[in-house]
Order: sequence, then structure tokens, then C-alpha cells
Amino acid sequence: MRNLIAVPIILLVVILQSAVISRVYLLSGIADLPLVMLAAWALQAEVDSAWHWALATGLLVGFVSGISWIVPVVGYLAIVTLAHIFQRRVWQAPLLAMFSITFLGTIIISLLSLAVLRFSGVSLPIGDVLGFLTLPSVLLNMLIAIPTYAVMRDLARWVYPSPEAE
Amino acid sequence: MALALGGYFSSASNVFTGSLVNLQTWFSARFVALQDFFTSPRDIASLRQRNAELEGELAELQAQVIQLQQEVGDTQILAALLDFERARPENTYRPAAVIGRDPSPFLHYVIINRGSNDGILRGMPVVTNQGLIGRVDAVIADAARVQLITDPASSVNVRLQNAETEASLIGSVSGDVTLDLIPQDVNIEQGDLVLTSGLGGGYPPDLIVGQIVNVRSRDFDLFQQATVQPVVDFNRLEVVLVIVNFQPVDITPLVPAP
Repeated sequence: MRNLIAVPIILLVVILQSAVISRVYLLSGIADLPLVMLAAWALQAEVDSAWHWALATGLLVGFVSGISWIVPVVGYLAIVTLAHIFQRRVWQAPLLAMFSITFLGTIIISLLSLAVLRFSGVSLPIGDVLGFLTLPSVLLNMLIAIPTYAVMRDLARWVYPSPEAE
Repeated sequence: MALALGGYFSSASNVFTGSLVNLQTWFSARFVALQDFFTSPRDIASLRQRNAELEGELAELQAQVIQLQQEVGDTQILAALLDFERARPENTYRPAAVIGRDPSPFLHYVIINRGSNDGILRGMPVVTNQGLIGRVDAVIADAARVQLITDPASSVNVRLQNAETEASLIGSVSGDVTLDLIPQDVNIEQGDLVLTSGLGGGYPPDLIVGQIVNVRSRDFDLFQQATVQPVVDFNRLEVVLVIVNFQPVDITPLVPAP
């Protein structure tokens, strides 16, 4: 039953991304709220459903976006994988892990998008992509990383209450 | 008495009464100030209450002003679109509100709140009262996704109004649009108007796209290139018009396979 919370949260995040966040530009870059939300969710120690969240979010973003569904699905699953690796190695510094995953995740999604678009015949100069799009997106994702982490931590504590609290 | 009745003392009387009035005004102002000073503590509670009431009314009025400004803006947009529609009776338009943008920064798409239930089909051109913005890329029952002409994958066949030549308008990841495939022998200038040519059947002809702002011509290139300033501000799209009586032609079967 506790997995059902994913449905409204993912819907809300994708709607927010499309209706609000995508309109806030820095050069041509925009923040990726689903990416940051998944990274923050997967970093919570008690959460065991991050893979399902990544798959559902990837499919929904792939449905809304004009880009191939492969990009968000593979990208978000890679971010959850990264989060699990970082969770074990830098578990004492969750914010450091959050920033690292946000940075690497944005790069991964950008590279995947670039590869898929180039494969489909769209000409994209790598210099323009890096300067106009990837780096501004990294900065914007870093800006929303801390508040998103705080919200997802509270959500995780609410959905998975610790035995002491019960 | 006789002199006074005759008006001989009027100037002296005016000076005297004027001085009296000024003196009384001075005393009265000081008295009122002192009275306010000594009586105000008793009125603080009622003044605070009144202040709170007025602040509440002010907040309500400010909210009404914002709402009315929004309605005026919407009305102006709709009036402009209506004028555009009346000026081109050959086309049938369906208005739609822009409700979102593509989640990926790599693509320049918008999402509109009209879909197949409203007669929207894939490939239909989308315009504003200013000019062309793109075409419908995907449709569901109550929404559609529109590929803007600034999208890196977008290509529009256009013509230059003054030069009477055709070219291809392509988007980019930064949102700039450039004209490519302009023959070297064609003379193009800054400010030339760019219109859709209708070639290829993807868009109806003579829709305004933008103006040339910069020309790049090098002797060793096969074609000239030009940067185009679109007439539409793509960051401020709110309401658009879908041309629903235009049937795009799919020329894919005619394109030779590589």
C-alpha cells in the first residue's frame, strides 16, 4: 500500500516539471525535477522502491516528452543505481552524495539525449550542448537539490516510519 | 464710523483680520497637535483595528487588480487572435492554451490543451497572430504536443519575400533559427521578410516566420546562411491557433532511401 504514494508524487512532479520548471531557463538549460526527486528518494536508507519509482517516472516523462522514452527510463534507472552505490560509500555525508548524484545524473541524461538525437539524425554541436544546456542545467539542478532532498527525506520518514517512532 | 462705512479703513482692516486669522491658525494647529499627542494612546486600539481592516481591504483590492490585469491581458491576446482569424478567412482555426513545455531541454516543444476530441491531427500547423510557431507532433484525446520551429529537429521550407528565393529554416539547441541552402547568387539583406513557401506540403504558404538579422556568405561555401529573428516570442506563448483545415502531405514515400 505504501508504494501507492508514488502515483500522486510522480504525477505531481512531472506536471510541475512540464508546467513550471521547464519555463525557467538559464541560457537554454532547465532544471530536471524528476531526476533530483529520484536521486533524493533513492538516497533514503529506508526506501526500497526506488527502482519502481525510476521506471514509472521514466515512462511518464517519455510519454510527455518528444524525446525517445529510452532516455528518461535508462537515465533514471542509472541515477538510482548511482544513488545506491553512493549510499553505501558516502553514507555519512548524504548531501555530498546528493550533489554528486545530481551532477553525474545530469551529465548522464545529457549524454544519453545527445546520443539518441544524433542517432535519429539531429545535428547537435557538442560545444553548444555543453555551454548552453548541460552546464546551466547542472547549476539549476544543484540549486533545487537541497530543498528536494529535505522534502523527500520527510516523505520517506512519513511513508517508512522507524520502529522507535511507532 | 463715516470713514469706516466709506471704505477708507478697508486696507488696514484686511491687514488686521489677516494677522488674526494667521495667529488663530497657528494656535489651532498647535492645539490640535497637542490634543492628538495626549489623546492618541486611548485611540491606539481602535486605530490598529481600523488599520487591519484597511489593510485587509487593500489586499483584496490588490488581488482584484491583479486578476483584472490578467483578464485584460487575456482579452488583448484573444482580440489579436480574432483579428488574425478574420483577416484570413480561408483558414479554419482552433484556439488552444499552452499548458506546458517539453521536460527535456534538448527539445523545443509546447503542450496545448486541445487534442483529437477537438479535431486536432498530427501535422497541423500552429500559429499565433504574429506568425508561424510550429506544427502538431503528437496528439492524445485532450492535449497535443507541438514542435516549435526553434527545435533542433525542425526544418521548414521558406521563401524570402524580397529575394524571391527558397531556403530551409532550421532550429537549434539554443533556440536560434537559421536559414540554410540559400544560393550564392541571391542577394539577401538584413530585414528581409521570411515566409513559408508551402513546398513539401508540411506548411501552408505565406505564413510569416521572421526577419533576417544577419547574413553569412563565404566564397568557398556552396550556399549562404542567414540568422533569422522569429516574429513570435517563444518564451511568452500563452494562446495559439491550430489551422485545422490544412492537411499536411506526407512525402516520406517519395524520398529515396539512403
